[in-house]
Parts: sequence; C-alpha cells; structure tokens
Amino acid sequence: MEMTVAQALIRCLEMEGVEVIFGYPGGAILPVYDALCKMGSIKHILARHEQGAVHAADAYSRVTGHVGVVMATSGPGATNLVTGIANAYMDSVPLVVITGQVPTSQVGTDAFQEVDITGITLPITKHNYLVKDAGKLPTVVKNAFHIASTGRPGPVLIDLPRDVATETIKLDYPDSVSLRGYKPTYKGHPTKVKEAAQMMMKAERPVIYAGGGILNSGATGELLELAEMLSAPVTNTLMGLSSFPGDHPLFLGMLGLHGTRYANLAVTKCDLLIALGARFDDRVTSKISSFAPDAGVVHVDIDPAEIGKNVQVHVPIVGDVRQVLQALLPNINKKDRSEWLEQIQNWKEQYPMGYARDGMLKPQAVIEAICRHTRGEAVVATDVGQHQMWVAQFYRFKHPGKLISSGGLGTMGFGLPATVGAQVGRPDSLVVLITGDGSLQMTLQELATVVEQKLPIKIFVLNNNCLGMVRQLQEFYCERRYIATEFSFVPDFVTMAKAYGIAGYTIKSHSELDRLLPEILSNPDAVMVNCLVDPQENVSPMVMAGQGIDQAIDC
Amino acid sequence: MRHTLAVLVENNPGVLARVAGLFSRRGFNIDSLAVGRTENPDVSRMTIVVEGDDRILEQVTKQLHKLIDVIKISDISPEEYVDRELVIIKVHSDPARRGEIMQVADIFRARIVDLGRKTITLECTGNNGKINAFEESLRPYGIKELVRTGKIAMLRGLRFTSVNGQKDDD
Ligand SMILES: Cc1ncc(C[n+]2csc(CCOP(=O)(O)OP(=O)(O)O)c2C)c(N)n1
Repeated sequence: MEMTVAQALIRCLEMEGVEVIFGYPGGAILPVYDALCKMGSIKHILARHEQGAVHAADAYSRVTGHVGVVMATSGPGATNLVTGIANAYMDSVPLVVITGQVPTSQVGTDAFQEVDITGITLPITKHNYLVKDAGKLPTVVKNAFHIASTGRPGPVLIDLPRDVATETIKLDYPDSVSLRGYKPTYKGHPTKVKEAAQMMMKAERPVIYAGGGILNSGATGELLELAEMLSAPVTNTLMGLSSFPGDHPLFLGMLGLHGTRYANLAVTKCDLLIALGARFDDRVTSKISSFAPDAGVVHVDIDPAEIGKNVQVHVPIVGDVRQVLQALLPNINKKDRSEWLEQIQNWKEQYPMGYARDGMLKPQAVIEAICRHTRGEAVVATDVGQHQMWVAQFYRFKHPGKLISSGGLGTMGFGLPATVGAQVGRPDSLVVLITGDGSLQMTLQELATVVEQKLPIKIFVLNNNCLGMVRQLQEFYCERRYIATEFSFVPDFVTMAKAYGIAGYTIKSHSELDRLLPEILSNPDAVMVNCLVDPQENVSPMVMAGQGIDQAIDC
Repeated sequence: MRHTLAVLVENNPGVLARVAGLFSRRGFNIDSLAVGRTENPDVSRMTIVVEGDDRILEQVTKQLHKLIDVIKISDISPEEYVDRELVIIKVHSDPARRGEIMQVADIFRARIVDLGRKTITLECTGNNGKINAFEESLRPYGIKELVRTGKIAMLRGLRFTSVNGQKDDD
C-alpha cells in the first residue's frame, strides 16, 4: 500500500505494538504528528518539555518492559532530549527516539533549527540513524526496535528529515532483521557455567551481587532460588533494588558508597563474589583494590564489554542472566552455610541501619512510613540526591521492578516525568514520587502533564531547603564551606500545587505523617505532600573517596 | 605493545566517526588508521594500529564489537602477515644534490614521482620500520612536505579475514 513515510512510520510503530508515544511537536516533525492524528491508533502524551517526554518514555519502559517511544522536533527539541537519552543509555533502558530533521537539501547548512543530533547522540545511543532514503524507513524502524530491546537494551535514535517524511513509499514491513554486526549472546558457555557452579559449591563465604540485569532479564525467581540453594546473602546495586525481596533474611540491602555496612563487610570478606547483571560501577566498588580482595569472581552479563572492564574476573559468562541461571541451577545442590550466615547476622545486629528519631521530622522516617502504608508494594520513583539514597536504604521493596530511579547518570529532574510514564504504563498501580526540593524544581513543568492526563500520583517532597546531597559533600570534603547549596528561597509547594488544582499537604511531624498518610494515599487524584524535614540530616554510612567500602564512616 | 587490528565494517555513512569517536571517548590511543573499500562494496576495511597491553586491547575489541556497524574484528598481530604503508615525501633539492637523493631513493627502492626546480618528490612503500628509516635518511636534505597512508595489512597464505570466513584455514 502506498503512503507517506510519516504514515508508514506510524504504521510500523503499530506493528511493533506501540500503544503510547511521549512527545512534543514542532515544525520538522509536523508530518509525523499529522500522520499520528490522521491514523489515530496510538495515544500521544504531550509533555511540557522534551526532557519530560523522554524520561516519561524511559519510566514507561521500565514498568511495562516494552520499548518506550518518544518524539520531538529538530534543533532545540532534539537537544532537549539529550539528557534523557543519556539517562536511558546509562541505565540500559530500551527507547526508540524519533526526531524531526530539516529537509535533506538543508542538512549541513546550519539551517533554522538544524542540529546534528545523530552526531551529538553518537556516544549515548546504542545506535542511531539519519533516514535519507525514504525506502529504507521500514527497515530502519524494524532494526531500531530490535537493537533497542535485545542484548543489553538501550536507546536508538531515528532522525527523519522533513522532506523524506512526506515522500510516498510502498510499505513492506520486514518481519525479520539482518544485522551481521549485531548478534547478542544469550546462552552462557556451558563449560563456564559448570565452572561457576563448581566454584559456588566450593565457596565457604559466597555473596551474590545483583544488578539491574536481573530485572531486565526477568531473573528474579532464579535469583531467589540460587540464593536459597546456596544459602548466599544477596546485595543489590541501586539498579538492582526490588529484584530480591526486601524482607528476606538473606537480603543485605544496597552496597557501595551509601550501602549498608553489613553488605559492604560481606563483600569485603567473601571468598566468592557472584556478580549477576551488574557492572562494578565506581559507586559500588569505591577503591577497586579493596573491593572483594579475597574473592574469586563469577561475572554474568549480557554485555561482553562489561566483563573484565573494572575488575579481574575468574569465571566470565556472557549471556542473559536468566538463561544462564536456568542452566546453572541444575548443577548446584542445597548447601548449608550456617557459619557464614551467622557472621552476617552478627554484622546486621552490630551495624543496623538507623537514624536518630529526635525532634524534627526525619526524612528516613517519611520513607519508612510510606513503605509501611504501601506495604512495600508501591511503584516508587525518585529523583537524585539524599532522598534517593534514603529510598534505597529504607524502602523495602516486595515486588520486582518497582523502583524507578536514575542510576548511572544520576539525573536530577528525572523523578516527576518518570511518574508520568510509570502511571501511564501501570494505570492501576499506586505510583509514588519521592523527591527533593532541588530536583523537583528541575522538571516541575510536568505537573501540568500529570493534571492533564489525570494521573493520581503522590508526590512527597523531602524538603530540606537545600541541595542536600551536595551540602553533605561540602560538609565532609570542603570543611563546611557551603556554597550554592542552601536555598534562600523555596516556593511553597502546596500553594503551587493549588495553582495546578492539586491537593496539597504540609507535614512537619512524625505524628502528622502517620495520621495523614492513609488519607493522602487513598486520594483518587494527584497529591503534593511537602514534608519539612530536618535539613541537617546526612546519608549514612558514607564511604569517602578513595577508601575501601569497608571503611565507611557514620555521618 | 602495538596491535594491528583488521576491522570489517558496514560501508555506512558515519561509520568512521563511530569508530574514531569510540577511541577518543574511551581514551584509547590510535597509532594509525587506514580505511578503504574491500572486494565487497558494502564492506569497508579498517586497519587500526593500537598501542596498549592485553587488557586495553580486550576492551578496544569488545567496545568496537558493540558498534552495530562493526562486522568483524581480528587482531592479526600474532599471525604471519604482510603490512605496507605508502609515503610521499617532497624534499628540498638543489640540482647539485639530486644525485645524492636519488641514491637514497635507490637504497629504499623508492620512486621519483615529481621533479621541481628546487624540489624532488618521492614515493616509497614498505613496512613501518622501512618508512621511518627512509624518512630519517631524507631529513638532512630538508623535508618540505610528507604524507603517509597509515598501515594496511593482510594475513599471509591461505588464512584470510573476510566477512564469511575469519582467519579460515583451508
Ligand atoms: C542535573 C543534575 N545537576 C546536578 C546534579 C548534582 N547533584 C547531585 S545531588 C544534588 C542535590 C539534590 O538536591 P535535592 O533534589 O533537593 O535532594 P536532596 O539531596 O536534598 O535530598 C545535586 C545538585 C545532578 N545529580 N543532576
């Protein structure tokens, strides 16, 4: 059937099963929006800034497991996407990003609203395309979805010049891809899998270090089985949180810079580190030579380049974590490790996660209360800063895939738009945003999207009147010379919410919190909760730069 | 240590930028890079010489593999291979010194490709070492301009690097 490239693009998206596009229109993308309008088959969510659209698509993908689709115009529309694309790239989230481009005859002439977005996004996309040849559009779309969603997922960008979008083609959507340079490995090498199993059986003090790959590959069941079979404690990276039940006795919580002492001690003293879908990020390892110094390392990852990148690995296994664990589990037997588990238990008792519950409202208490009142079952989006670390430390996730947070890039402003995508993707779930007064103000404009789309998200601002995390850094690294971290003006979030027609609460005490939470959480609409928390509170423990993770300090 | 990589890539626009960008972004050092078409018009071949230990080489290779347009990478350094580089050098030459320069050319089996009033232009092919020596020998006469292609290389005998048969033995 003959149609314009723009129409063909929408048809291809339909065939990929796309139900929602997050985006923002403009001149160069006009033909695509027009096709979207005419065909009427895919829902469009209008953000208030392209960064909002891309973060929403990112979170939508995280909660649904589908490829997130985002669309923007050329030039400033495209550059506004950059942070969100980098965010998705760092956290391995599959996105297809469609940008309009100036007509091909003007490409390279510094035309109005022209930027070289394929050039700009080269290092932050898994792949990208500039479509110059109308006939290639269907193959490009097919490839883009395939590349984004297979192997180690990531964003793929398609840049579509305006004149190409209006050309007419015969749509013939390919049903398979042929990319000779792209063949991800899913099955682990059998010899290596056996070797890993042997190491696991021999180890006396194993620790499982589980990252986002567990969630991406859907290996939470296998992870639980492995941990219980081996009697091996499990620690999560930030990206891996919620992949292991937060209330399980084998759970150690998060490791690394702000990890629990018992997780960090367990890793330091273990004789076998089983790394599953994790990448030995510097926020996890800190001083690399002190990281699991006595351990053999088994590393399972879908991305071969992650294996051996930061640490030396004894048994490397390239593959999908779930498939590898399925192959591995029959090779291991139930093993009792009471001595090791006793040691872990002692550490847990000796160094419990806690905070002083004096006077002012404590941010950690807010998170614990939200966790209690949502039974650890809410979808929790965060921004970046202290509040994010407190969520990681104090919200005990019961079910997989419920934490939506910017891990690799640490993008302030991710949170609010992320709730948009999360709630659109999971209309029946309770979606909670835990943010800071700094982060919320970075993408505040998306409040309009929340209202327009009638999304009943619950926003909790842990309002400490400052950029808490950086204030904490200045306290410890700059001898309390505070600069550019304390706000002398913070808007009244409750009054502001009112302007959007959103109910608002201000909470100053623990008793108010417990009294009001049921009402807040059962409100059928969006709610803004301004929590005035102790501005002096620090994230503790903390590993100072250059130290081993067992050298954390209390702060 | 120096490694010579034969990298087969899709002949797509931007592929050179993807490869070169990866090297600079990840802090890998390229000694030389030569690129051109192969017997298959869809495929280009890059010969990349990189400096680094085994760990670096492993990362370079793995990161290159992540590029969708990269089809195949072979480190041919441990094998028997032929490598060549072409250099064109324009040297200052008064008519009085021409003879001397021509003798140097002779020794290196270089060819004279152009003569000017005060210059002489030579071309020479060979491996890296020979080209370096040739350059050094001409330096005293005054090199006006010099251009090198970067190294290209190919495995010897029946072993080959191609899309369908990497380093196949017959
Ligand atoms: C876009 C962006 N800019 C700057 C930073 C650096 N940064 C990290 S945490 C932080 C402070 C966050 O403040 P807030 O959102 O109020 O959260 P808090 O730490 O107070 O909980 C800053 C500025 C960042 N992560 N992202």
